[in-house]
Amino acid sequence: MTMTLANVGATASIALICATAAVAQTDLPTLNVLTYDSFTTDYGPGPAIEAAFEAECACDLVFTGAGDGAALLSRLQLEDARTDADIVLGLDTNLTAAARALGLFAPHGVVADLTLPVAWDDDTFLPFDWGYLAFVALRDTAPVSSFRALADSDLQVVIQDPRSSTPGLGLLMWVHAVHGDDAPGVWADLADNIVTVTPGWTEAYNLFLAGEADAVLSYTTSPAYHLIAEGDDTKTAWAFDEGNYLQVEVAGKLAATDQPELADQFMAFMAGPAFQQVIPETNWMYPATDVPLPDGFDTLTVPAQGLLLSSEDAGALRDPLVEAWRTALSQ
Amino acid sequence: MRQLPAWGAAALVAALTLGTLLAVALRAEVGRGLSPGDWAAIRFTVLQAVASAVLSVALAVPVARALARRSFRGRGLLVMALGAPFILPVIVAVLGLLAVFGRGGLVNAGLAQIGVAPVSIYGAGGVVLAHVFFNLPLAVRLLLQGWLAIPAERFRLAAQLNAPVWRLLEVPMLARTVPGALLVVFLICLTSFAVALTLGGGPRATTVELAIWQAVRFDFDLGRAALLACVQFALCAVAALVAWRVTPVDGFGSGLDRVVARWDQRPADWLWLAGVALFLSLPLGMVLWRGVPGLLAMPGDIWVAAGWSLGVATGSTVLCLTLALTLALRGGWMASVLGVLPLAASALVMGTGLFVMLRPFANPTALALPVALVVNAVTALPFALRVLTPAVADIRASYGQMAALLGLRGAALLRVVILPRLRRPLGFAAGLTAALSIGDLGVIALFASDTVETLPLAMSRLMGAYRMDAAAGAGVLLLALAMGAFWICDRGGRMDADV
Amino acid sequence: MLTFDGVVLTQGTFRLQADLTVAPGITAVIGPSGGGKSTLLAAIAGFLTPVTGRILWQGDDMAGRDPGARPVVMLFQDHNLFPHLTVAQNVGLALAPRLRLSAGQGAQVATALRDVGLAGMGDRKPGALSGGQQGRAALARVLLSDRGIVLLDEAFAALGPALRSEMLVLVRDRLAASGRTVLVVTHDPADAVQFADHVVLVADGVAHPPQPTAALFADPPPALRAYLGA
Repeated sequence: MTMTLANVGATASIALICATAAVAQTDLPTLNVLTYDSFTTDYGPGPAIEAAFEAECACDLVFTGAGDGAALLSRLQLEDARTDADIVLGLDTNLTAAARALGLFAPHGVVADLTLPVAWDDDTFLPFDWGYLAFVALRDTAPVSSFRALADSDLQVVIQDPRSSTPGLGLLMWVHAVHGDDAPGVWADLADNIVTVTPGWTEAYNLFLAGEADAVLSYTTSPAYHLIAEGDDTKTAWAFDEGNYLQVEVAGKLAATDQPELADQFMAFMAGPAFQQVIPETNWMYPATDVPLPDGFDTLTVPAQGLLLSSEDAGALRDPLVEAWRTALSQ
Repeated sequence: MRQLPAWGAAALVAALTLGTLLAVALRAEVGRGLSPGDWAAIRFTVLQAVASAVLSVALAVPVARALARRSFRGRGLLVMALGAPFILPVIVAVLGLLAVFGRGGLVNAGLAQIGVAPVSIYGAGGVVLAHVFFNLPLAVRLLLQGWLAIPAERFRLAAQLNAPVWRLLEVPMLARTVPGALLVVFLICLTSFAVALTLGGGPRATTVELAIWQAVRFDFDLGRAALLACVQFALCAVAALVAWRVTPVDGFGSGLDRVVARWDQRPADWLWLAGVALFLSLPLGMVLWRGVPGLLAMPGDIWVAAGWSLGVATGSTVLCLTLALTLALRGGWMASVLGVLPLAASALVMGTGLFVMLRPFANPTALALPVALVVNAVTALPFALRVLTPAVADIRASYGQMAALLGLRGAALLRVVILPRLRRPLGFAAGLTAALSIGDLGVIALFASDTVETLPLAMSRLMGAYRMDAAAGAGVLLLALAMGAFWICDRGGRMDADV
Repeated sequence: MLTFDGVVLTQGTFRLQADLTVAPGITAVIGPSGGGKSTLLAAIAGFLTPVTGRILWQGDDMAGRDPGARPVVMLFQDHNLFPHLTVAQNVGLALAPRLRLSAGQGAQVATALRDVGLAGMGDRKPGALSGGQQGRAALARVLLSDRGIVLLDEAFAALGPALRSEMLVLVRDRLAASGRTVLVVTHDPADAVQFADHVVLVADGVAHPPQPTAALFADPPPALRAYLGA
């Protein structure tokens, strides 16, 4: 029995290795896009975008998923100039300073009519979607409209660790954008409202859905998923009076690409309707250019103001803010 | 010459653990040394690992004792279910725990009924609770093996003399087995990442593994990551040296379904058994209860991912058993060292190091599954070694001289004597490896592309896209596959086995 | 001829001296428990290397030869049969350690089994045999091997007197009769008197040269007298 199992196992392993090694052979030029995991899944934006782009490019568009947005950057740093990727899609503004510093990216050269609530003048990274960070809660939970009010309340929230998660880092920037040098004091006041700090968005959101917290740090667009995909209108997001921080997801073209024309074509395609209209109901974020929003998005909370630190500030502030945050919450 | 395979196996394990660390260190460009936060993380990591190990093993003593001296219907099932928490993806198990101990969990609901203020799971206590949930079953298995290694005649003798079994037989046995069990649980908790963080309540509960994560993923400070990984290995080395000074490595084998006739049974046994059964089954039950409806919500791709997972698990199992057998046949210090080394390795450093090592030769993404196969095999090696090493020693003690006289050696000795006599432990080790491999997200997330994904990866991607119901369903499927694989392998080892 | 030439064996603090020659036929090895009987046999089988001296078989020094390469077959008190192999496979190991028996060898195995009274039981596993039958199966394997030295280290100690006699009759008629050198460790002087041509007394750190059984028991030396309690 053991020997039989071993034989089966060996055969299976060999088959596995062969299957993996057999890369699809095609005569079409290939455009490699490095992106985060959930972009490439069947229920993510990847498949529809791939079909739409391949219909007009006479090429093979290949998405490679590499964990989350932060993993994307470390993957790029590991690969350096040897990367096979032509485009990197899915960095956010907290990471673009570090990404730019790698010196691997070329100007995108796309002129697009962006619908971001803030001005955008980055000629290296082009947004493809965006969202407001917000605390998501049940509709029948009494909302609060500022960090101070949250700190004064008995509400229990779950947030993400800024050292391992991009929304967590965004929250740090948000509190800093609103409270500046008072931020450590605000964090100290918030300490007893924080149920726990999770490594990533997934754990936090699961905890919220399991009833472990009154609210979770997520996006104003999160309730859209529950409404549209699940017919569940019990969730809502809180707008804060001082404004909500923005998460802007961007893509950049690698200077060393062996398909510069295709890469340019994709960057332009990204700002167009065929790409953009896929975003709301697959990535559950706002599209970056003006395309009609699906039903349900009109019910979403819209904060009075979108806050965003420049990528240079965000890059420079990260270490001191994280250290201050850690100290404030470790008391 | 005959040592060659063992050295080969050792080289592979060393390359994956220390070699990947070296690769990361060599790739490092900037380094800012250890920050105050890192030192705090090291302190917390050690404290929670010690607390988790001590508590897990302390609770395991009465439970293993009760299992050793009680025979009842469903005992086999309970022993097998003991393995379940160990193979569950962390996030699934944590959600199961929260359904029982969380804010809206069964415990607090019960407390509210009798008007008692709710208790919070979050904080250091929650971290330890989760670690006990994961490792108590493992500790029970390790200790149970010690109990079953006491010959039945000794219990008869003790009963006749009316001597205290506890002091005469059990304490000396525990003195031999407890340090090994403490070491294993300590090492597992040392490298724990997501559990500590999710239930930790805040940045105080930062582990070294998280600091490594931060260094690699956000700071791209590979020098610091390598330094922290060195700290993990150093802690592992200290713990291992302490444990080995006290006692040599003990194993846990497959004969856990044997009950030795005892004359010192106490009713408290039932209390312990019921307690542990409840503690383990309630969260698992909640996982199933919440997950089963999600089975229908799973996308069809899940089944493909499950297929890949089974393929990887099969390959991992074959490789792991080959390595373990090679090392167990050699025995000695090599088996002892390699039996703990992978436990102390940081999964992220291993993955990053492999990426750096493979990148010059091939596209790592194309190698995702083979890499997962090899890493899973090495990760499970400590457990397989603990099963096989004592079993091989037993066979040598019983049949070594006769085999030598008959001129049985090399491949013939393996085929005629050792492999047939090892069937039960091999089956058990295979089941354990397969189950661990199926449940392990491990390094695949670093390498995966959209073309191939394993079940744990597919599950984490579902969760990342709000699809918690489908993910819960995938969790149930994963649990079923892992337990099924364990059952089939373990069963295969026992069928027609001549004792 | 099996010769111990100035042999000194040590195990920990225990020390055994042997300077003797064993002739073909049955030689009983007797002596007090812990006196070194098993140590003596272990040295012949190659499990223990002499500190000094040589062990010679037909004039050749056996030093440096692995247990499997020596002209020795041995039976222990237990673990003589592999429980996962059939009786025929266990016996067949004497002819083909890799268990690939030719048709001719298969017939030899069947004959050996018939000789020990186990005809037709070749397909059973040892677990399905009685203790006496297991002993006979092990003997069948010894019969089949062509090695000149047979060591029985209390091989039948677990059997009752009648069964033990039956085994020793087989040993005498099948093994000793064909000219092999058989060394039998036994606790029962009656076995020695009944079956052995010679007796080696192992006591006080010395393996004494073999004496004819009848003469030895007729006039026991002090060490034997102490052992017999007479």
